[in-house]
Amino acid sequence: MKAFIRETSTVAVVPIVNCDTDQIIPGRFLKADRAQGYGQFLFHDIRRDADGTLDPAFALNRPDAAAATILLVGDNFGCGSSREGAVYALVDHGIRALIAPGFGDIFYNNALKNGLVPVRLPAPVCDALAAHLAAHPQDPVTVDLEAGQVTLPGDLGAHPITIEPFARDCILRGLDEIELTLTHLDQIEAFEAARIAANPWLGR
Amino acid sequence: MTPPRTMFAKIWEAHEILRHPSGPSLLYIDRDMIHEGSFHAFADLKRRGLKPRRPGQIFGIADHYVPTTGRSAAEAASPAIARMIDTFDENMDWGGVRHFSLSSRQQGIVHVVAPEQGITLPGLTIVCSDSHTSTQGALGAIAFGIGQSENAHVLATQTLWQTRPKTMRVTVDGALGQGVSAKDVMLALIAQIGAGGAGGHAIEFAGSVVRNLSIEGRLTLCNMSIEAAARLGMVAPDETTFTYIRGRHYAPSEQEWDSALDQWRRLPTDEGAVFDREVTLDGAAIAPMVTWGTSPEDALPITGRVPDPASFASADKRAAAARALDYMGLTPGTALEGLAIDKVFIGSCTNARIEDLRAAAAVLKGRKAVVPAIIVPGSTPVRDQAEAEGIAQVFRDAGFDWRQSGCSMCAAMNGDVVGPGERCASTSNRNFVGRQGPGARTHLVSPAMAAAAAISGKLTDVRRI
Ligand code: SF4
Repeated sequence: MKAFIRETSTVAVVPIVNCDTDQIIPGRFLKADRAQGYGQFLFHDIRRDADGTLDPAFALNRPDAAAATILLVGDNFGCGSSREGAVYALVDHGIRALIAPGFGDIFYNNALKNGLVPVRLPAPVCDALAAHLAAHPQDPVTVDLEAGQVTLPGDLGAHPITIEPFARDCILRGLDEIELTLTHLDQIEAFEAARIAANPWLGR
Repeated sequence: MTPPRTMFAKIWEAHEILRHPSGPSLLYIDRDMIHEGSFHAFADLKRRGLKPRRPGQIFGIADHYVPTTGRSAAEAASPAIARMIDTFDENMDWGGVRHFSLSSRQQGIVHVVAPEQGITLPGLTIVCSDSHTSTQGALGAIAFGIGQSENAHVLATQTLWQTRPKTMRVTVDGALGQGVSAKDVMLALIAQIGAGGAGGHAIEFAGSVVRNLSIEGRLTLCNMSIEAAARLGMVAPDETTFTYIRGRHYAPSEQEWDSALDQWRRLPTDEGAVFDREVTLDGAAIAPMVTWGTSPEDALPITGRVPDPASFASADKRAAAARALDYMGLTPGTALEGLAIDKVFIGSCTNARIEDLRAAAAVLKGRKAVVPAIIVPGSTPVRDQAEAEGIAQVFRDAGFDWRQSGCSMCAAMNGDVVGPGERCASTSNRNFVGRQGPGARTHLVSPAMAAAAAISGKLTDVRRI
């Protein structure tokens, strides 16, 4: 996992509520090997018209959005299917942080495991940010994970990032969780031995 | 005396190996279910030079990509899809993981197979890299979906770091009316609390309606808890649960049965335990439901009309409703009953167990489908049972395409798709844009409602039939 300390970028706005992971990456692309890069599949169907041409109104298709590494998205973003391909598509496209009132739980965990920082801000703050960006699309936002705050443009101020300290620490250090867990192997084995002894059918 | 605890708390606390000083718990995972999408996790293990640590506690099942017209990878819809199935078999063999591949008599959709084989048991922690793992909580387990990074973590360690969710009790009292099923209860609940309504919560379903449901119905309830954004759903184990489990292949043996029962009877929530949230629903007030939009929260009684986007409270919701109506090809004010459909799909981990098939067959007996209709049993054992009970013949006689088991048209990954612009009455769980194929228009309904739609070619109130 690539470490994340802080990121300053313009922001692309995808204001869809309940944007499910089928919208982020349609199921038919999930067969792809990660090595080929998932960025090409990001929002594949919803950024195109019925005839397959890119819809110029979709935020990520605007020329000025190409450089944005932060997305402002709608509430309950990433609900639905657990497909981690949704996170791979965002990461491979170059997105490093997301801002929304809320995220689907599985998507949220998948994002953390891949160093994609999901920032929850209150709905009125997200609305105000969207309104500001509509007037000033080039204004940057800074997501500072180390300082634990996100700085918004204009008079929108700074707001705390509420990611759990454990996950935050893993992302800041680009830590490998499996390696970390295996340092607790003695405790895992002792726990497991007792659990299987009490439930012998589990071990069969 | 220890303070009263919820069922969720009891199972969670019994699986905490340790608590990290900064919050999350390292949970022991009893079971991990694997399907074809797990190739990313296996690639990760191979890269690290690791193997599954406890292969005996991992179960593999091919479901998402399998053909429903044949039982070999060679019959898959495309070479790329066939490769997914072959890669799955190879990974299972490499990892020494017990698996039900395409030709197995136990094969089926993972969330149908796991309870059926006694893999799902009360008091366990169960994960699968699939959001509908919540289904399996119906037997009184903590069961939730994970991504592939977490899957690799479970395979390598048999544990997961998890932040404890909040708890929500959904109490459904009263009695369900004729023609109303567990599916309708869930659509009514999601319409009430919203597709994000249970975010961050573990739901326990309670109340007389839930107690009176069969295991099949409870599985449907818990299945769709993810559609309300819940982390998981669960139902306390009771005599119905124990009767269901006894004798299943991976369940405790007769010698172990009393010791298992003794543990399971202590699981239900203690009197006086406090939930973070309480939601109640009047079972008697629930009608057969149907969705009109592209989120499961866009659900109404079949007697309802397509809403006007202007009637929604927030700008976000107004925009979402307008976009949904455009996609669905619907105009505000149109009666839902009578809306012409092009296709019917009965299947998925929500509604393809034997009881669902029986409910559909009861409507179809002696009648004919007037639109193309396919029925995909949730598992091969369900299919065999339907053959034995004679209801498979009812489907064939009604002109239904009687398929082999798999996920099929629920996620349209195996090549079974709804065409662009086609309107499908579907017993699955997601009416998302493009879920059943690019441009597909999905109306979520119960099995009985899907059968009623098939014979009339329109969305139809099953209570009239
Ligand atoms: S039937 Fe549908 S929802 Fe269930 S596991 Fe398969 S694809 Fe997922």
